[in-house]
Parts: sequence; structure tokens; C-alpha cells
Amino acid sequence: MIFFWAFLIGGLICVIGQIMFDVFKLSPAHTLTILVVSGAILDGFGLYEPLIDFAGAGATVPITSFGNSLVHGAMQEAEQHGIIGVVTGMFEVTSAGISAAIIFGVVGALIFKPKG
Amino acid sequence: MSDEKKKNLPPEAQEYQDFQSKREVKRPILKNCIKAFLVGGFICFIGQIITTFYIYFFHFTEKTAGNPTTATLIFITMLLTGFGFYDRIGQFSGAGSAVPVTGFGNAVISAAIEYRTEGFILGVGGNMLKLAGPVIVYGVFAAFVIALIKTILIQWGGL
Repeated sequence: MIFFWAFLIGGLICVIGQIMFDVFKLSPAHTLTILVVSGAILDGFGLYEPLIDFAGAGATVPITSFGNSLVHGAMQEAEQHGIIGVVTGMFEVTSAGISAAIIFGVVGALIFKPKG
Repeated sequence: MSDEKKKNLPPEAQEYQDFQSKREVKRPILKNCIKAFLVGGFICFIGQIITTFYIYFFHFTEKTAGNPTTATLIFITMLLTGFGFYDRIGQFSGAGSAVPVTGFGNAVISAAIEYRTEGFILGVGGNMLKLAGPVIVYGVFAAFVIALIKTILIQWGGL
């Protein structure tokens, strides 16, 4: 059942992105930035975590989860170290996405040649 | 174009703007949304399969399985981008392949491959995060503001 919800919720988040592309005529960079910020805001109100429990990868795979895990890492550290933790804990949870993108970016540049 | 800007243009240019907006190809919004839904949903479905795989075979919990899933998806994206498939998926699905984390990976990896000709330090290293930069910058800044407000409320507001 979680597979169905992952498909549905993930698809719906992409539809929101597509509506921002087509109806509001935003560039992809604007759209993704707005989605990340809204993921962060949703987690600020504690609404993103229930969505992950409900939809699994449908909520963790879209870019909105990036904002969610940034806030999450910051809050985890903040509970232990106070205000300083907000800065130091920021990348605690998100590190995988950014480091994987950078590592595989360099590997990709080593392996593949640009086309065209 | 906003009305404010339009007023400052000469009349010919205003006429042209009207002419242009009439001729603009209408975007098939519903069709695009369905495509985005199917492709985006499919990517999340694959993500769920990978998550389940990590939970059962490597004993991650449901909370921690998100990270290896992201890394695996970005690895798959590297292969698809390198062989030129991801562009074609992107043309078909629009936001369906841009919004999932694979789109973030594609933005980084395609920039890395593209700028290879300008050298590895200034080309690849300098331009890799060109497209993905705004997402990281404003994600981090927004998260900072939100976490700061929340921490202050919890510590001094007694929430």
C-alpha cells in the first residue's frame, strides 16, 4: 500500500511543480527554490514528518524533503546545543543528497564526455 | 510583461507585445500535468522500492533509509544523464523529472559534464553548482530562519 501512496503523493508534488511552470510561468530554478522553502516551512509547523510516515518515498524523494531535512538537522542539534546548534546541525541529515550529487558529478565528468 | 513596464514603451512596441501574446502557443496544461504526475510518481515509486530494499537487507529504519535512497537515485541519475537519457525524460515530463531529487542530481551532474572542457578546477568545480546553487542557498537560509524562530520559541516561549 505504501507503494501506491508513494506514487500518488510524489506525483501530486510534481503536478504542483508543473503548475508553477505552466500557469505561473516560473523558471525551473524559481520553482525548485519555492518548493524547497515550502518544505522547510512545512517542517517548521511539524507537518512534513506525518507526510513521510504516510507516503514514504513519495515525500522523501521530491526536493521538498531537502528543506524538511535541513530544518530537521538544525532542530536536532539545537535541542542539544541551543542556538549554536542551528548553524552546526544544518547539514546533519541532508548531507547524503548534496555529497552524492557532488561526488557523482565529479565521477560523471571524469567518465562521460559532453555531447553536441 | 507588467503594465508598468508596458507604459514606457513606444506604441509600436506595445502593439507588438499584444500581437506576440496573441500568437503565443498555449501550453497544454492538463496534458503536461498528467505527464508530470505519471513520471514523478514513477520516480517516487522506484524510490520506495529502493527504500524497502534498504530496510529489509541493510537494516535501516524507515527514518534513516531516506539518505541511502537519495544517494542511490542520484547514482542512477548520473548514468542516465551521462548516456543522455535524462534529457529526453525531462523533455517529456517537465516538472515530473525536475522536482524529485533526481532532477537536483541531474542539474549538478549535467553542469559538471558540460563544463569539463573548461578544465576540472575552474570548469567542473566552479560551475557544477551553478543550476543547483539557488536551491541549496535558499533552502539553507530558509531552514536557518525557521529553525532559529522555533528554537527561540521553544527555549524562551515554553512551547
